[in-house]
Amino acid sequence: MTTTVAAPVDRPLTIGGREFRSRLLVGTGKYKDNRTMIRALEASGAEVVTVAVRRVDLDRRHEQGILYHLDPSRFFLLANTAGCYTADEAVRYARLAREAGFNEFIKLEVIGDQETLLPDSEGLLQAARTLVSEGFQVMAYTNEDLITALKLEDAGCAAVMPLASPIGSGLGLLNPYTVRTIKRRLKVPVIVDAGVGTASDACVTMEQGVDGILMNTALALASQPESMARAMGLAVEAGRLAYLAGRMPRREIAVPSSPTTGLLD
Amino acid sequence: MTNQSAQAAAQAITVVVNGEPREMTSGASLLDLLGSLDLDPRVVVVEHNRQIVRRPGLGAVRLQQGDQVELVHFVGGG
Repeated sequence: MTTTVAAPVDRPLTIGGREFRSRLLVGTGKYKDNRTMIRALEASGAEVVTVAVRRVDLDRRHEQGILYHLDPSRFFLLANTAGCYTADEAVRYARLAREAGFNEFIKLEVIGDQETLLPDSEGLLQAARTLVSEGFQVMAYTNEDLITALKLEDAGCAAVMPLASPIGSGLGLLNPYTVRTIKRRLKVPVIVDAGVGTASDACVTMEQGVDGILMNTALALASQPESMARAMGLAVEAGRLAYLAGRMPRREIAVPSSPTTGLLD
Repeated sequence: MTNQSAQAAAQAITVVVNGEPREMTSGASLLDLLGSLDLDPRVVVVEHNRQIVRRPGLGAVRLQQGDQVELVHFVGGG
């Protein structure tokens, strides 16, 4: 027996004028093999998947490239500028990615520190301005700083992507206050990127009202990536629905749920 | 220079491909380079001396001594 529940009305995730089927975006790195990766991507329900741009390994050129495994008609390939530490590098990689790819979108990363992989806001803003002027739909990976987020929006970014916690850390959403403040103040979509570790992290993140989540390591390094991917898909849906449903207020004191009258003597 | 040594001098050049030196015949094109590496132009992006060369133009760009070529493609990433 199934029960239908009237759900709050939601609109599809829309970035740069394009609608997407899922609010869960997934990376393609670090999987133990391509078969595991594909099964996880399928189980997640994601449409947007990220890829990186790297030199062709000339010694191993007969191996099938990632496009052999990722059907561009099924997945929306979002190239990133991972590994870039300066604006110039990021711009160079973005141009190469656009040439290699299938769309004008770029997930812009300009990293400031090798240990934490935290973004370099100055370089990020500089690269964002350049790429916007060249017609890119820039989705900018940034720290959870409202001011930088506003500047990225002003620069013309199609989406702003504050981190939950450092890339690959699995620490979950460290700063819910700033993330929901960024969402409250920005007009462009806000997609949380990096640091989500397990399903509850994804759910809590969506409950802040953000438009989507990008994750990679949480799936790739799970013991069962396909199962974790399914859990994440459900978590993103649950968190979004909970947000739209309007949560109850938090109170410092208890309020009984059962009547306080009609009690026995 | 005699005709023979001029021909010999024109034959081999060294270009840098993905950071490694590689000998090519003088006058070879970027398309020839991809062919010599058994690479499919449809999945490789070519940057020649920091300029992206689009696929239709690969046959027209002739390599010269000391050219820097980067051949990149998509890989898995987050």
